[in-house]
Amino acid sequence: MSGMNVPATIDQIFILFTDWVAHFFPAAIRPIVGVVLGVIGIISVFPGLFALTTVFERKGLGRMQNRYGPNRVGPFGFFQPVADGIKALTKEDVVPFRADGVLHFLAPVVLLAAVFMGFAILPVGRNMVLVDMDAGLLFFFAMGASTELSVFMAGWSSRNKYSLLGAMRAVAQMISYEIPLLLSSVVVIMVAGTLSLPKIVEAQAGYTGIWPHWYVFTPWGLAAFLMFGIAATSETNRSPFDLPEGESELVAGYFTEYSGFKFAIFFIAEYLAMFSMSGIATTLFLGGWSAPLSFLNVLPSWFWFFSKVMCFIFIFIWVRGTLPRLRQDQLMNFAWKFVLPFTLLDLFVTALWRFMGEGWARWIVCSAILIAAYVAMGRVGMFRKNFAHRRYRYAE
Amino acid sequence: MLGEGIIKGMLETAKNFAGSYVSKERLTTVQYPEEREALPEASRNFPILIYDGPEWEAGLRCVACQICEKECPPKCILIEKSADKKPDAVGKPQFYPTRFDIDIAVCMSCQICVEVCPFEAIKMDKEFELATDDRFGGLLHDRHQLAKSNEYYHQIHPVEAAEVDARLAEERAAAAAKSKAAAEAAAAKAAAAKAGAEKPAPPAGGGA
Amino acid sequence: MSPIFYLLAAITVAGGLATVLLKNLVHCALAVTIAFLGLALLFLSLDAQFAGFVQILVYIGAVAILVVFAILLTREAEVPESSPAGRVFSKTWLTGLVIAAAVFAMLGWAVLQSAQALPNETAMPAVSVRDIGNALVGRYVLPLEIVALLLTAATIGAVIVAMHEKEAK
Repeated sequence: MSGMNVPATIDQIFILFTDWVAHFFPAAIRPIVGVVLGVIGIISVFPGLFALTTVFERKGLGRMQNRYGPNRVGPFGFFQPVADGIKALTKEDVVPFRADGVLHFLAPVVLLAAVFMGFAILPVGRNMVLVDMDAGLLFFFAMGASTELSVFMAGWSSRNKYSLLGAMRAVAQMISYEIPLLLSSVVVIMVAGTLSLPKIVEAQAGYTGIWPHWYVFTPWGLAAFLMFGIAATSETNRSPFDLPEGESELVAGYFTEYSGFKFAIFFIAEYLAMFSMSGIATTLFLGGWSAPLSFLNVLPSWFWFFSKVMCFIFIFIWVRGTLPRLRQDQLMNFAWKFVLPFTLLDLFVTALWRFMGEGWARWIVCSAILIAAYVAMGRVGMFRKNFAHRRYRYAE
Repeated sequence: MLGEGIIKGMLETAKNFAGSYVSKERLTTVQYPEEREALPEASRNFPILIYDGPEWEAGLRCVACQICEKECPPKCILIEKSADKKPDAVGKPQFYPTRFDIDIAVCMSCQICVEVCPFEAIKMDKEFELATDDRFGGLLHDRHQLAKSNEYYHQIHPVEAAEVDARLAEERAAAAAKSKAAAEAAAAKAAAAKAGAEKPAPPAGGGA
Repeated sequence: MSPIFYLLAAITVAGGLATVLLKNLVHCALAVTIAFLGLALLFLSLDAQFAGFVQILVYIGAVAILVVFAILLTREAEVPESSPAGRVFSKTWLTGLVIAAAVFAMLGWAVLQSAQALPNETAMPAVSVRDIGNALVGRYVLPLEIVALLLTAATIGAVIVAMHEKEAK
């Protein structure tokens, strides 16, 4: 095996490892062994990333707020998730007396199952996807829709008015932002011509010179990327859209009545949903596992995928540390009056892009339409709010 | 334009994030318990009893007048007066407390006991790390635990201790001067009486 | 009729039975969700990927939530007591079962009749999403536009109903 391509080997190292292990088993069950190894990989990597992300988030938010994050447990506080895990596991599991026991137990289980399923179609590297489905993207959104049901189950089974309110708000928010989420991914499907995620990545894996063909570098792609980002932030109940679980509002919203490990499961599910949304956004707009510049393909494809996902996570944390929380009606207004119309316009612009054919004309026309629409909608939105000077009246 | 404020905000937080690693003025966190901030001079927590001199029992300023016990709003002080008297720092025989308990779980740090003490015997300490796992007696401080030397008092409240010392010295000087004047007057009277006894006796009813 | 089919059929039928027999209304709504899931898995086992995933997306992700919201918003005053003395089934279970059996019998008879009328089974054509898309905007464009109009009317109606409640105050 001399003269073998080292970067290509490192790139495919997990596939080679899976094949090597599968050879120990009889030929009949080799596919199952391959799938099981893939599942084990997903279950070990993504929760591990989750643990790392919780520390990064707390330390990152701390630094943005001019303070240290946790720095007691382990070097620079990086064993904090271990302490959190031990705490979650040893806390008493409180189930309210009149709560619906079966639903109360099932809600976190259903949520975690639905969120884990979303990782099955994610192309983590070249040839590294657990299940290559023709309708992969549709599968992902179907799993995302299933999470809403478990949120509702959690809120209702707690037999607590405030949990129920939080659950209703969360479900309303998730439903409202699901349409922009789907529509912004439809533009990618329109241009790539396929619902299968590995094929979408391959469509973006080309280079002109050293510049990549990522969809985010096109006008419609950038607009869709921004709208997808906003909708993804809202789908996972993440600041600034985290009113349903706002820590200073409805205590913890729909998971107020959960303690111990079930609470930890909700937490894990939220962060894993964040990872899978980031993964899909990377696949659809940022070129998946392809490197940013053509000569950087030396580094393995899974390295690039995870770097992009972690960039996304950092942006999520950054936005959380910057923006105040949106009120429920402001959230819904934003979805239906800004994000949705803009996404519909983006659909039209993408169709125009394909219709106009190759050349620089389509860049100018599409960019002009999108920028004009953005500025116009912004002006219209701001026009209705009269930011008059506040007059204070004091009690005499 | 829409989104301008968000971009500005995010740049600000980015500046905070990056700046917190390079400039020390941004991170004002005091890493307790390795570092401790100095408490201000006038901060107070729970009372202590002051003693002068090397020995705590002999030099205790408290004379068990029980004014602080009566004035304490939550009644956290318990004093038992002695039966005998012992000389205090200036030599005058005074009562002393055989028992002086303060329950710091009850004490509300109002400083009224300090304000009413005529003998500058009870002052406020700044010590706050008093947590204990002995929940039945650990928070009941007795006479020995409460007694702290005057040097310690100077250490924690330098300005206040200096004022107290000056005042006490003044009082003692005034007391000493008064007693000296009284002694001189008595001596002068005795000398005058003696001189009057040596001379031919004036009409009867002179010295006694 | 593979074992997978029997398993999925059992799940679907169990979900459907639970829907008509359970006492707690929200439990019934969630049981019908299980029936939807069983249906979706049946579609997937027949290799109709688009139909299966859209079934999950639309029925479980939207219709089930709609049903649950409708139950909650209209029966708020009724607090269901948590299964006293282990009574799980509703009082009217026999009626529900009879009606469900009647509907099933009618549908089954209709399907079997049409199966007799059809010629022998031919090989199933592989239908891709692209074919569905082409058919929707080619041959079936009129139903598509009518459905879009219907959805718009429903949305406007919902907005108007919600708005009137505000104005009445």
